[in-house]
Amino acid sequence: MIEAKKINKSFGEHQVLKDVSVAFKQGKTNLIIGQSGSGKTVLMKCLVGLYGIDSGEILYNGRDFSRMSFRQKKAIRQEIGMLFQGGALFDYMTVEENIMFPLVMFGDMTLQKRKDRVNFCLQRVNLENANKLMPSELSGGMIKRVAIARAISLNPSYLFCDEPNSGLDPQTANLIDNLISEITKEFQITTVINTHDMNSVVEIGDNIAFIYKGELWWEGNKNTILKTENPEINEFVFASELTRKLK
Amino acid sequence: MNFFSELGKYLLLMKEVFTKPDKARVFFRQIFIEFQNLGIDSLGIVIIISVFVGAVVAIQTAYNIDSPLIPLSMVGFTTRQSIILEFSPTMISLVLAGKVGSRIASEIGTMRVTEQIDALEIMGINPANYLIQPKVVAAVIINPVLIIFSMAFALFGGWLACVITGMVTSTDYITGLQGWFDGYTVFYALIKTSVFAFIITSVAGYQGYQTRGGALEVGTASTKAVVHSCILIIIFNLILTQLLLV
Repeated sequence: MIEAKKINKSFGEHQVLKDVSVAFKQGKTNLIIGQSGSGKTVLMKCLVGLYGIDSGEILYNGRDFSRMSFRQKKAIRQEIGMLFQGGALFDYMTVEENIMFPLVMFGDMTLQKRKDRVNFCLQRVNLENANKLMPSELSGGMIKRVAIARAISLNPSYLFCDEPNSGLDPQTANLIDNLISEITKEFQITTVINTHDMNSVVEIGDNIAFIYKGELWWEGNKNTILKTENPEINEFVFASELTRKLK
Repeated sequence: MNFFSELGKYLLLMKEVFTKPDKARVFFRQIFIEFQNLGIDSLGIVIIISVFVGAVVAIQTAYNIDSPLIPLSMVGFTTRQSIILEFSPTMISLVLAGKVGSRIASEIGTMRVTEQIDALEIMGINPANYLIQPKVVAAVIINPVLIIFSMAFALFGGWLACVITGMVTSTDYITGLQGWFDGYTVFYALIKTSVFAFIITSVAGYQGYQTRGGALEVGTASTKAVVHSCILIIIFNLILTQLLLV
């Protein structure tokens, strides 16, 4: 479980996050949603430590990440997997080398065991036999799947996904969503997904946190979000003509 | 003020760069990859430039010696001194600042804007150490080797020019090359080269690492890396010459 308690974050005079307190549960797909510029990416970057916070606490299963030493943070980070918006695969490495990289850096497995683990991860994301391909040879959906495979290679306890289905066609986006959801439940990972894709919200939103102008505005799940009377949520969820008609 | 701010950021980055590598085996493998990327891949251009400049230095020296009181072997001697003391360590380092510096800055800058550096950080790896330290160490070791090749090929270029033009005989040129040789000049050249290698790789690494934005900013970082490295090489050339030769 990851808990954020009264997080504040400013860039110069501009306060991006205001007293945000939210909990992300284990074995669930926890979604952070909100309009562009609402602060959801900043919140995620604060959670993983890419941005320092001005005040508040970030707890990973009760361990205060925000006040840890570099060495302690390093240990926690080996329990974290992250899927970046663009995949962030190392473009000078093959698919196999990309997935094997965290195992080489932190594991003490033999080469054969590492290869077995890579094959298992690739199989899990339905990309068998892609081992020797370079990232430049992959499609958008394949890049995301390899990035998921890399993120789960070290058996993480926490998985962060920054807009995992941006730039993908609806079918592939759905496939990625379902894959993340399955992996979350299978390995009992605490998954945090940053998205503004309504299909993801309705499909896999076990817990949903709506960020509005830097504040936590609403919390719920995929069932309650469609029934809420909160005007800001409705404005966000039913933004298109189609969704308004469906409502 | 901007200068001090940049200097402060550079020194803080260097503090991160020169920490113990996360995995020694990976670090040594990276060094060998960088030997190839920064050193062996630059050998071609180093040889071509050295041969031609060596030839030009020899011809210009021969052209300027018109007194019958100065022996023609002085062409070999002057060419050797010019090549070892200045041309090979400084000029070739300036060329490498362009070739290697821009490569490092654009490589690391692209990794920054495509979130690959963030990915390393999330994994618990020190990205500055992992990306920059092997490049600095490799360049400090391999650049002096390149400079020794440069010296050899430049002196060969000078000999070739003398023989082809007939301005100086092969015997005179070689006699000049061998005369009044002081091994310290080579030591001085290699020390300079190592310092310049450190400047090129660390400044380019810093510029790449600080990149924010997109393709345009990667280009700007690459240009800044070359310009700043060249200026620092020229300044440190003067400082090292004063310290080591005077």
